[in-house]
Amino acid sequence: MPDLPLLRAESMPPMGEGAQFAASSAASAVCGPSVASVGDYMALMKPRVMSLVVFTALVSVMIAPGHVHPVIGFTALLCIAVGAGAAGALNMWYDADIDALMSRTSSRPIPRGRIAAGEALAFGIVLAAFAVGVLGVLVNWLAAALLAFTIFFYVAVYTAWLKRSTPHNIVIGGAAGSLPPVIGWAAARGSLDGRALALFLIVFLWQVPHFLSIAWIYRDQYAGWAAVTGGISVEPCLLFLIIFFWTPPHFWALSLVRTEDYARARIPMLPVVAGAEETRRQIMRYSIVLVPIGAAPWLLGYAQAVYGLTAVVAGTLMVMFAWRVRRNRHGACAARAAHHLFGFSILYLFVLFAVLLIDARVGG
Amino acid sequence: MDEKPGRIVLSEEQKRSRRARSIAIAIALGALVILFYVVTLVKGPAVLNRPL
Repeated sequence: MPDLPLLRAESMPPMGEGAQFAASSAASAVCGPSVASVGDYMALMKPRVMSLVVFTALVSVMIAPGHVHPVIGFTALLCIAVGAGAAGALNMWYDADIDALMSRTSSRPIPRGRIAAGEALAFGIVLAAFAVGVLGVLVNWLAAALLAFTIFFYVAVYTAWLKRSTPHNIVIGGAAGSLPPVIGWAAARGSLDGRALALFLIVFLWQVPHFLSIAWIYRDQYAGWAAVTGGISVEPCLLFLIIFFWTPPHFWALSLVRTEDYARARIPMLPVVAGAEETRRQIMRYSIVLVPIGAAPWLLGYAQAVYGLTAVVAGTLMVMFAWRVRRNRHGACAARAAHHLFGFSILYLFVLFAVLLIDARVGG
Repeated sequence: MDEKPGRIVLSEEQKRSRRARSIAIAIALGALVILFYVVTLVKGPAVLNRPL
């Protein structure tokens, strides 16, 4: 992980300020009976984020070894979608204060006064409880526990802690977005070997290069345990890694064109803390690392050459877009390059997972 | 009967939104019931036999 300066604690908003704002806005911004529409509640669930979460989980459910009944698979995806929506609602509840300050987020339901913060909090908690409970009862409790951990990580670790305290926020917080394929895999397979889980947690905490090296060294044991126990193997970890490394260039491209917004809201995004130049350098590094990570399912023999070729070509294009961001530093060209990288990064993830799914269906 | 003092009277927009929200909740609960029913059919007796 790059060595970046952390913000001083005194320069940041105190922990819980978002929640305090949320509590006060409940009494001030939305008084009396609610006028919130169903669409407002849908917006609270961040449907665009949810769609990518569901898609990556769908691919994982489909490529996991063994047979999953379509109804059970559908139930798992539904619960993952609702869980993602719950996390989004809780995120909007906590971040209502900074959402109001940024043009990109000022039209969200809470800052716009359509939904009271307390309603969003209750909505998020109820959805999270339903999603985890239903997934546990109807699918399995391993997947439910992973979903609960993901929601907790996104809301408590990323939103309430990391986002306002360190420029590493989206790097570490990206783990929450990387977990849906793992949940999907667990939902499809149904059990988890304790040793594999322990290793998974170790490598997760050990961070990026360590994760790769350990996964490589112990790949046979992972695969062996999975074959014997039906637990999580290397494949969902690779899916996790792809999204994990994809997240920084994706969000930093966005933050480059929204730097003033983030600065106004005092969110220590990388361009605010370390400057645009350092952000462009980091985007380039992560994009380069993403190329072999994206191709890893093919390199390790879990996917066929078509996937490998797609991953290499898409990864190269991603690096080219990152290079354009690096080269174009001023004016409209810089903003356009960042927009293009942001847009392509979404296409990149979609294409990779789609080809992985087709590869598994056709080849497997 | 006379209206109680201080009682909240909903505007037309508030009534419409409340009705829409109530319908959405009813649909969600109905879908949940159907989902549990279908999963019970799919799993059969095994629905009660799962590892914790």
